[in-house]
Amino acid sequence: MGERVVITGLGVCAPNGVGLQEFTKALQDGISGIRFHKTLEDLKFGCQVAGEPQLTDDLISQYFTPLQLRGLNASGILYGVIAGTDAWNDARLPIAEKDTPDWDSGIIFGTGILGVDKFRESIHLVDSQNVRRLGSTTVLQTMASGISAYLGGIFGCGNQVTTNSSACTTGTEGILMAYDRIASGKAQRVLTGSCSDSGPYVWGGFDAMRILPRQYNANPTEASRPMSATAAGFVPGSGAGALVLESLESALKRGAKIYAEVLGGAVNSGGQRGEGSMTAANSVAVQRCIREALVHARIQNSDVDSINGHLTATAKDPTEIENWAKALDRKGKDFPYVNSFKGLFGHCLAASGSIESVGVVLQFSKEQLFGNANCQEIHPEIAKLVDTSRIPRETQAHSPKIIAKASFGFGDVNACVIFKSYSD
Amino acid sequence: MPKEERYSKLKEIIKIYLPEDVSVEDITEESHFTKELNINSANLVDIVLDVEDAFDIRLENEDMDEMQTVKDALQIIALKLADT
Repeated sequence: MGERVVITGLGVCAPNGVGLQEFTKALQDGISGIRFHKTLEDLKFGCQVAGEPQLTDDLISQYFTPLQLRGLNASGILYGVIAGTDAWNDARLPIAEKDTPDWDSGIIFGTGILGVDKFRESIHLVDSQNVRRLGSTTVLQTMASGISAYLGGIFGCGNQVTTNSSACTTGTEGILMAYDRIASGKAQRVLTGSCSDSGPYVWGGFDAMRILPRQYNANPTEASRPMSATAAGFVPGSGAGALVLESLESALKRGAKIYAEVLGGAVNSGGQRGEGSMTAANSVAVQRCIREALVHARIQNSDVDSINGHLTATAKDPTEIENWAKALDRKGKDFPYVNSFKGLFGHCLAASGSIESVGVVLQFSKEQLFGNANCQEIHPEIAKLVDTSRIPRETQAHSPKIIAKASFGFGDVNACVIFKSYSD
Repeated sequence: MPKEERYSKLKEIIKIYLPEDVSVEDITEESHFTKELNINSANLVDIVLDVEDAFDIRLENEDMDEMQTVKDALQIIALKLADT
């Protein structure tokens, strides 16, 4: 058993709320961040709704210097730096001195693809024989690790500074990577999180796969329907979530506010074998991942009070619920409470795991379970396994002790993390 | 364009690339971009692009190599403007 690991800072840049206060209120009151996007209509997308954080120039200038903003055309970096800076400040961590890095603090901040708009800009310059006009930051904005590089430089982190990437599992996986690094004594603090760019070039491939809803362009807030009988596909989203993970020892020494404890978890892959494929999860692996997470966290199946699922609002939601039911061996009224925040902001892809984990952790401090949106009529296959009382449609008072959070991604990869309310 | 105007236009360009502890008043004609003004060497290519846009000239690789100080930059700009 290594060091205990706690969460001491949170930050978020989500489609339905930038900053903890706005985001918390949106989750509590069921405020949607899914909007109609004219650009997607003009480009003839089937799905013309998406979740995109609402930023203003004024807000952006609070996080970036004029020099950093010069030629900056990477929305993922905007979101990641805003969420990451908020989490760092929320944890009341200092910025390293000019000449000495903070050797005990690191960054593990993931993304799927970074700087897509900058990359597009570069392609046009290169193709018109103007490579000399690319400027000095094209590489920094388009390398995957650009986001950890920006954050590491802002705070002066001297421990591991890296970017993980595992599709829609990225954010949840990053939390476990940060946990491992701290639990093994290799770092005292890790700012972990993930970000995902906005825009047609990121979302287009999913539209082409015909897995996005096409019939809600006139009713964007109703488009994302996790666990619903009328779920019609996932709504693409973007943004960033960030969490400061810290050894309990360091947190206590600093007198830091502690949101929750990370007990551990598991990551695995279905190997694209059995029913698993590049795009579909192997249920055997999903169940195994959940069970391994419980074992690693040293808890029993019955200890899980609530689940925050991957639950994207595709036809796979019932399969996911069945996997939870089998892995935990619980059903009906005995099934844990379950929610998905995607009904309010869509599927933020690489950023989903971190944004949703920030929401999960807020449930501890608010002593609430945030409600599921657009799920008035629960999918019949889900209703067979789970008593409807376990699927809150409105935010309700609840003091969870243990919450399990899972994310699954293309490539048949899975991650499940176990959070616990903190008590000394 | 008189020299004074070129100089102030150049200072305006350089300003954004200065680190926090260097102010625009610290810029003199003799200032070395990286050694004295402490400008990140990676940003020299951005200064070149900004100069090209501001003065509507084109700098070649050799010009960039020679552009070590503010004075170097002013000379290259004057030369290019005279050419056009």
